[in-house]
Amino acid sequence: MKAKVHITLKTGVLDPQGKAIGHALESLGFGGVEGVRQGKYIEIDLDETDPGKARAAVRGMCEKLLANTVIENYAIDIGE
Amino acid sequence: MKTAVIVFPGSNCDRDAAVALEAAFGRAPAMVWHGETALPRLDVIVVPGGFSYGDYLRSGAMAAQSPVVRAVKEQAERGVLVIGICNGFQVLTEAGMLPGVLMRNAGLKFVCRDVDLVVENADSPFTRGYRKGQRVTFPIAHHDGNYFADPATLDRLEGEGLVAFRYAKGDNPNGSARDIAGIFNERRNVLGLMPHPERAVDALHCGTDGLPMFSGLVEALAA
Repeated sequence: MKAKVHITLKTGVLDPQGKAIGHALESLGFGGVEGVRQGKYIEIDLDETDPGKARAAVRGMCEKLLANTVIENYAIDIGE
Repeated sequence: MKTAVIVFPGSNCDRDAAVALEAAFGRAPAMVWHGETALPRLDVIVVPGGFSYGDYLRSGAMAAQSPVVRAVKEQAERGVLVIGICNGFQVLTEAGMLPGVLMRNAGLKFVCRDVDLVVENADSPFTRGYRKGQRVTFPIAHHDGNYFADPATLDRLEGEGLVAFRYAKGDNPNGSARDIAGIFNERRNVLGLMPHPERAVDALHCGTDGLPMFSGLVEALAA
């Protein structure tokens, strides 16, 4: 199975990189950008075939290493 | 007295730390590679600055999972003194040995210069060589030094006297919450700080304001 993990900064945590990207978009003439938040996207190939077990395993990976839950949230998508 | 410096792939302040420790303690520290699972009996461990594991994922995140850091954690639980400097501070927060996290500098730039700090608490083995309120100058060189913790944690750190150093008013180089430059754990046997005391121990450095930290450690351990 393939796990797709999105890691994003929690609401309220300042994201200076996202802000800089927003300013850059503005200076390139892209109007209407109200906010930009930057995160990480990680793909993991697993030999597990049970979606529930795969999700539990990836949740463990997120808690232990992939995300720092002091400042980050994570979302897991399990698929073929 | 026995000291050690932990060396990760990508550490670059390990030798500076070794020079400062050797000058203070009169004997060279053990240089311990990241793959070690056990540590000898030690009195002081320095987790040095640099870019451990290339700062992949998050600064300090990979190093925090290395075998040697588990051993450092066990030693800290037994009361051994541990200092994490710069990347070492990031490693200690990622390892859960200190609260909070070091985020990207608010100004997005790598900042390399001397900063003025205020000693917030001189009642620890690391800061006993200073006076509370004393201003000292240490160099900084980091990209991810923006200390962040939730307001309740910040209040607890301040209420319990666990803020070791603050950036002097108007000299916060990275956006750190409440100007925090360094913190202790609850037992005050673990210190993490972004500025580099080990780069301020020789007349040829920017100054010698780092010396009292190392001489204070020697005194604390001799007491």
